[in-house]
Amino acid sequence: MDAKTLSSVLFLTFVAVTLVIVYRAGRSTKKASDFYDGGANFSGFQNGLAIAGDYMSAASFLGIAGTIALFGYDGFLYSIGFLVAWLVALLLVAEPLRNSGRFTMGDVVAFRMKQRPVRTAAATSTVVVSIFYLLAQMVGAGALVSLLLGITDPGMKNFIIAGVGILMIVYVTIGGMKGTTYVQIVKAFLLMIGATLLTVLVLWKFNFNISDLLGAASENSGKKEAFLSPGLKFGKDMMDATTGLIDPAATLASKLDLISLGLALVLGTAGLPHILIRFYTVPTAKQARKSVNWAIGNIGVFYLMTIALGFGAAALVSRTVLFRGYTTNADGLLVDKTGAVIMDGGTTGFTLDHLKDLSADAKKLLVPIDPSGNVAAPQLAQFLGGGEGTTGGAIMLAIIGAIAFATILAVVAGLTLASSSSFAHDLYANVIKRGKATPEQEVKVAKIAAVAIGVVAIFLAIAVQTLNVAFLVSIAFAIAASGNLPAVLYTLFWKKFNTRGAVWAIYGGLAAAVILLVFSPIVSMPLLPNLAAAPLFKDAHFAWFPLQNPGLVSIPFGFLMGWLGTITSNEKNTAKYAELEVRSLTGAAIGKAVQH
Amino acid sequence: MSEQQHGVWEATQASTKFQNLRKSYRGFAFPLTVAFLVWYFLYVVLSAFAREWVATPVVGHINIAFVLGVLQFVTTFLIAWLYERHSSHKLDAPSDEIKHEVEKALGH
Repeated sequence: MDAKTLSSVLFLTFVAVTLVIVYRAGRSTKKASDFYDGGANFSGFQNGLAIAGDYMSAASFLGIAGTIALFGYDGFLYSIGFLVAWLVALLLVAEPLRNSGRFTMGDVVAFRMKQRPVRTAAATSTVVVSIFYLLAQMVGAGALVSLLLGITDPGMKNFIIAGVGILMIVYVTIGGMKGTTYVQIVKAFLLMIGATLLTVLVLWKFNFNISDLLGAASENSGKKEAFLSPGLKFGKDMMDATTGLIDPAATLASKLDLISLGLALVLGTAGLPHILIRFYTVPTAKQARKSVNWAIGNIGVFYLMTIALGFGAAALVSRTVLFRGYTTNADGLLVDKTGAVIMDGGTTGFTLDHLKDLSADAKKLLVPIDPSGNVAAPQLAQFLGGGEGTTGGAIMLAIIGAIAFATILAVVAGLTLASSSSFAHDLYANVIKRGKATPEQEVKVAKIAAVAIGVVAIFLAIAVQTLNVAFLVSIAFAIAASGNLPAVLYTLFWKKFNTRGAVWAIYGGLAAAVILLVFSPIVSMPLLPNLAAAPLFKDAHFAWFPLQNPGLVSIPFGFLMGWLGTITSNEKNTAKYAELEVRSLTGAAIGKAVQH
Repeated sequence: MSEQQHGVWEATQASTKFQNLRKSYRGFAFPLTVAFLVWYFLYVVLSAFAREWVATPVVGHINIAFVLGVLQFVTTFLIAWLYERHSSHKLDAPSDEIKHEVEKALGH
């Protein structure tokens, strides 16, 4: 059996098992509200695993490993931001949220406000954040498939992205929160096992000497010691193309971009709707706290392992695999499939370092397989199993590939659930029906919303599939930190906060993040010279905002708007704040709806 | 919700017991939040602006950047553990007590 067949078999097994689990979870659902919170009876340990499964996305596994493999230390910055962010959730958000809300982020933000405007805002930002996050996962799925199954046909790749979308719709509509939770728990187990296996094998190769691993990675990367320090991807010294000197303005922008990314990562987690709703699946605040502690343990260990995965890929996987059909021979020369040395003009032979000297015609023959590094981890697995063409390599590639698929499926299900819940509970039940919808009606709407959101995500993901998934996720984090976190923190801790403050905080942060993104160098070419850019639209020039990540501006803007809205409005809600404060700290009347 | 019930929340909020709980929670969580954010941004700013310094080797190929990065993991685990200890020793009991009193007063 070859790797492709084995991958397909393993993956289909995972799909079959999870479908059974989801179907059974769906059948055991008693109340309509179980769709949202899975019965709110999971233990802290179970939910901690599910949170880990919900959080450690394709961005973590594929994106971070890929970023480290290509750019070295800078990829590790993602790992740190993604982990430290959990302290915001632990110290400020998880317990009060569990105590004072029921199903959605909107429950807490709208607790003491006018329901309709605040819930509309909360639902809008929930859906926007979730869609961005969904894109990242589905792009990862596409990249993975083309490696595992050797699919290069774009139509086939799109078909796979659509398949992932359909599966997530099925999970959510049939299994609701309970089914999704079980899928995430299974996935968390598989991912931890897979990552541990790879880490041990990598370290084994280097006799468990991390210094040697790093040394080999920097050597094989061709970038020497620079590979082990920050600066190859973020905060680079930007050169002026004509003078060859460092451009101070562009360099500063690049360094600020790194700060911006750091801010988005650390403040984004506690504003991610699909993470927030996981706190509702346990009965008490104490269990919510325990969930976060279990999650921090799991996630922390996993991110430490990304060091071994990423640098292992850099050290062990040949850079030639970046180009389809070409390898290097024993003399280090670049050869094609037949073993013939690739000639160009009068030169006798080429190594990879000479690629830049190839003629334009010769370059066209080199097809980059993975320009964004998204498949470095599966490639590492293949190498550790024995390499391309060996049974061991095929098995390892298949196992790790299937785990990555499982990872993607669990996360996309969580995202679809969060956005469809918010649509049904915030928008439909509380805004359109003004709180008069029956739970059955709500859940029916949620399922329809899940289908609609899934379909939208499929089409968008097909459109943006050349972007690095860790990067796409960092954008979702920036939007969550700008649009959601200010409103959540203000409402829990600031007595004066009111309806206008909440609405301005959410729309202000959300709009700032999205608008700055549109005018950033990831959408079109920058107006300022010498900035790094690989935009979606290479022929357009309207990027007046110099940073790739909007967080540095949009997050403070969200907080500012929340403050401004509050102080310019006379609305006061002292009595409701008393209720919110007592409920959020004690859990009195937990799970009961707020009477308005 | 009746006026009387609203009264329960406000009376509880004003009570010494609740104010102590609130102080004990905020007095622990807020300074710790500021501390880990400052520590994290110190790390990010050094990564952006002190390139040469963080590239200094410590042992073999392990440089200051790696040590600082791994220290972020260590402090995260440590803070999570400290908060768990504070909550379970100082916050859980009074919070449960107030919860029962409130629910009794509300007639739940």
